[in-house]
Amino acid sequence: MAYERSESTGTGAGDGVDTTALALKILVAGGFGVGKTTLVGSVSEIRPLRTEERLSRAGELVDDTGGVDQKTTTTVAMDFGRITIRSGLSLYLFGTPGQDRFWFLWDELSQGALGAVVLADTRRLEDCFPAVDYFEHRKIPFVVAVNCFTGARTYGAHEVSRALDLDRGTPVVLCDARDRDSGKEVLIRLVEYAGRMHTARLLDSVG
Amino acid sequence: MNEDSTGGGPAVPGGQWYDADAGPLVRPYAMTGGRTRPGPSNVRFDLIALVVVDDDPPGAAEEGLLGPEHRSLLALCRAETQSVAELAADADLPVGVVRVLLGDLLESGFVRVSRPVPPAQLPDERILREVIDGLRAL
Repeated sequence: MAYERSESTGTGAGDGVDTTALALKILVAGGFGVGKTTLVGSVSEIRPLRTEERLSRAGELVDDTGGVDQKTTTTVAMDFGRITIRSGLSLYLFGTPGQDRFWFLWDELSQGALGAVVLADTRRLEDCFPAVDYFEHRKIPFVVAVNCFTGARTYGAHEVSRALDLDRGTPVVLCDARDRDSGKEVLIRLVEYAGRMHTARLLDSVG
Repeated sequence: MNEDSTGGGPAVPGGQWYDADAGPLVRPYAMTGGRTRPGPSNVRFDLIALVVVDDDPPGAAEEGLLGPEHRSLLALCRAETQSVAELAADADLPVGVVRVLLGDLLESGFVRVSRPVPPAQLPDERILREVIDGLRAL
């Protein structure tokens, strides 16, 4: 994918902050091995990102730091990809690290996010419960994308929705994370849904 | 990470560490002079904050005083407007380190950084429509 140069460079606000270029963030969450990296890679040019994070209290309990008193940070790897919609408007996808002990990273990632895709595998549906809970509690619009692995029994979107006890209206999309068109469709459904949620909230706040 | 694993520690019986196995030769936060947070203004750059080269940057003399990592970040910004996440991936540096280095570049006037749109003001319908059309056209 060709990266375009943003047209925003000539319009500085003077305080070191420039607000003309727009970047939107979408998270891709779900259990280990459910296809997060595959999905990000099928719709965008994927790149690995390293973060060096201070270990959270939760992390310290999991990581055996005994005898290694100096260890206060840990390296977390994430996937991210960029889709250029037009000059000055880009969509960034972040694959969230699956392990629970990296929840603290989710908080940063979800700040200001347009929405999230929760990838699910019907053979291990429970793996996506934490992600569903997380986004529901924070009122971040999300769609559940069921990655239809070959050999897995196919369930309808409605069955998955019931099994996950989703709020009414939360879209469930059947997809193939390896397929670019299928991945695009998932993102489109999410953006549409995020738009509807946004409008509904605006109406709520005035009504 | 354990300091001993990056050299200087006791020899390990049965083998030596080579190259990548030995861990980074320079500890990540050595490039920032040990600082783990950006300078006095204490800005926290979002991963998708966009970094652009300032129109009126300090002169070559001042640029000469920058460290190699500062300069490679600046070169990446000059090539195109990039997000903090992309800069970290391209420079092959941890995000935390890049945030500190960008803080330096911002304070010395080499770059400007865009604030991402706060969720409350998130895209009006027109922009979301544009995103959807753009995705369809991919």
